[in-house]
Amino acid sequence: MTSDLTLNHYLIVSGLLFALGILGVIVRRNALVIYMALEMNLNAANLALIAFSKFNHNLDGQVFVFFIIAIAAAEVAVGLAIIVALFRRKQTVSVDELTTMRL
Amino acid sequence: MNVHDALFWFFSIAMLLSGVLVIANRNPVNSAMCLVLLFVFMAGLFLLLEAIFLAVIQILVYAGAVMVLFLFVLMLLDIKATEMRGIKWAGLVGGLTVAGVFVWELATILGDPIKPLANANEPFPVGLADVVKPLFVKYMLPFEITALLLLVAMIGVVLLSKKDLR
Repeated sequence: MTSDLTLNHYLIVSGLLFALGILGVIVRRNALVIYMALEMNLNAANLALIAFSKFNHNLDGQVFVFFIIAIAAAEVAVGLAIIVALFRRKQTVSVDELTTMRL
Repeated sequence: MNVHDALFWFFSIAMLLSGVLVIANRNPVNSAMCLVLLFVFMAGLFLLLEAIFLAVIQILVYAGAVMVLFLFVLMLLDIKATEMRGIKWAGLVGGLTVAGVFVWELATILGDPIKPLANANEPFPVGLADVVKPLFVKYMLPFEITALLLLVAMIGVVLLSKKDLR
């Protein structure tokens, strides 16, 4: 089955998703939603890596994605534990009110 | 337009729409649900790229484990939907600027198609063994280090979640 899709199609979708992730991180104030936007960023990178892997006939990209997924799982666990600890102390997850370290 | 292309457009547009919903929803639980949708559509794109193993992993790890964790914490903390107390205009403008510049830059770079390899349209037979074998040969050390990292993360989470560190 031939397809008109090029590498660029996938890269543009990946880039748009990454831009959405950046937008979410900057606009939202709820720390948990910011975390979700970060996950979107990671997924955008994964899509780009897999697209490169397919169009270059090189499997290393897929192995990288495997590692990224493993690390993302660890990162989410630690990050959510930090958010829970913060909530226990401050009773909020809004990043506007977590300004203890501001100068 | 053949089935493959139609599926690509469907998955991409649906995925980006759920991405918009993730950051536009006021209730974090709804955001999480949209994120699950996004992960599923992303797995569809992985399938189109013949990365079957990673599509399965994506569903298992992201749509399964990670989102369960997110929802668990959301329900544990019982966060109310953020009331619309005026949109943070500085944040919105700044965010749209950054994202806009990024997209514009991308459009400039990807304006003309990257020349595909001569054999790019040939089938790329990838079985589970082909994907997994590098993990135990070429990437042996990173694989083991990842295992160690997961252990460290687990210990860290247990420590962080204890009431009093003692």
